[in-house]
Amino acid sequence: MKKLFTISILGAALVAGTAQARDYDHVRFGVDVPYEPMEYRTPDGELTGFDIDLGNALCEEIGITCEWIVQEWDGIIPGLMSRNYDAIMSSMTINDERRQTVLFSDPYFTPPSAWFAPADSELEDATEASLDGKTIGVQRGTLQDNYATDMFGSVASVSRYSTADDMVLDMQAGRLDIVFLDYPVGKSTLLDSESRDYKVVGEMITEPKEYFGDGFGIAFRQRDEALAERFNEALATLQDDGTYDEIYERYFGDDE
Amino acid sequence: MELMTWFTELLEGNLIFTPQTLSYYWDGLVTTTQLVFLSLLAGLVLAVPLAIGRSSRHRWISLPIYAYTYVFRGTPLLIQLYIIYYGVVFVDGIQESIFWPLLREAFYPALIAFTLNTAAYTTEIFRGAIKATARGEIEAARAYGMSQSLMMRRIILPSAFRRALPAYGNEVIFMLHASAIASVVTLMDLTGAARFVYARFYAPFEAFLFVAAIYLCLTFAILYFFRFLEKRLLAHLKPA
Repeated sequence: MKKLFTISILGAALVAGTAQARDYDHVRFGVDVPYEPMEYRTPDGELTGFDIDLGNALCEEIGITCEWIVQEWDGIIPGLMSRNYDAIMSSMTINDERRQTVLFSDPYFTPPSAWFAPADSELEDATEASLDGKTIGVQRGTLQDNYATDMFGSVASVSRYSTADDMVLDMQAGRLDIVFLDYPVGKSTLLDSESRDYKVVGEMITEPKEYFGDGFGIAFRQRDEALAERFNEALATLQDDGTYDEIYERYFGDDE
Repeated sequence: MELMTWFTELLEGNLIFTPQTLSYYWDGLVTTTQLVFLSLLAGLVLAVPLAIGRSSRHRWISLPIYAYTYVFRGTPLLIQLYIIYYGVVFVDGIQESIFWPLLREAFYPALIAFTLNTAAYTTEIFRGAIKATARGEIEAARAYGMSQSLMMRRIILPSAFRRALPAYGNEVIFMLHASAIASVVTLMDLTGAARFVYARFYAPFEAFLFVAAIYLCLTFAILYFFRFLEKRLLAHLKPA
């Protein structure tokens, strides 16, 4: 009996595997919350965040409906494979290991890094000239460390910390002229801190790719190439017509 | 020239030990050596008068020194370093004081912590050696009519230094190894360089085995230096 059951499951899996990719008019997204500000719940329990807003906007652009299914991170790819949902949009970094299992859309977001300095600092931008002789704080072994070391290690001195807290303490103490951090980390630890005023110096940085990575992509099942293509087109449209920037500003813009 | 080509060939195809990372290790070696040497030197200079005071019969001299050595030997060096490096910042007005340009750098707080720590240990080592001076020597000095200070200078200290030598050699080696914690306050010492290479290339074995080998070489150099000193200074104690 058990054997028969196994065989029928196998058979069903085979049929499903060979089935033609269908046209979706309703897409279910798998998402792991919370991961502020990309996806999280408002106090009254509603899902929100950059991924959620962008995902909904993409669906609207394509002309389909979509829903969000919350799934723990460690089961998020298996959940896609077992058709609990049709796509993953949950701050998933594109990499070769995952590419073997899933099909990624074009990258829709690269987590930005930014330079932070005390508000009264005379630093206005982060260039070789302006950082000459300054002390830069980074977290040891992060991509920010690699970038700052390679770009400015010859003109400035780079201080490496094990935790962001130690670094913030030394910045308050005046031992550091400027720090280079993940923007969301810097925003919560520096910009939103009560004790002293800080500012973002220069532009947010997401390039070059060899330091900052390929960014986040929407993951689909390998055979859903047509669906991925529709999302890529919609993404390009939203990036052109300003909708993308509007959503970006909503979660990463300066509060002031 | 030949050495250079030999060197580049040696490094060829090696992703971790590039000229750049080797220069980190070299800078780390320089920082570690400076830090350990300067703190030992300053600690030694502090420890001699402290040890004399510690063996004083007057309690108002010996007790405060005992309190100092007790505190610095009774707490971890890492904690002392944290207190001096991070704690000093919260002293009011320190940022405007003339000491700030020094305390701003990670090097000087580390130097201060290491100096105070090694001075405490060295004081106790010397004090033990002073206390162990043979009674006969002291009585002989008294019989010659030497004053307390002359006796200290001519009789007690020279023999105490010799007796303290093996124990002090250990303290030097401990200090070298203790200096590895300097990297937690952003100093790029040897361990700091190793942690950098480890974090950059995710290569714990290469990064840390290499730095361990450097520490071993330094330890051997210190060991042989003290063995040489002991041979010279303690020759009279050798069995004939």
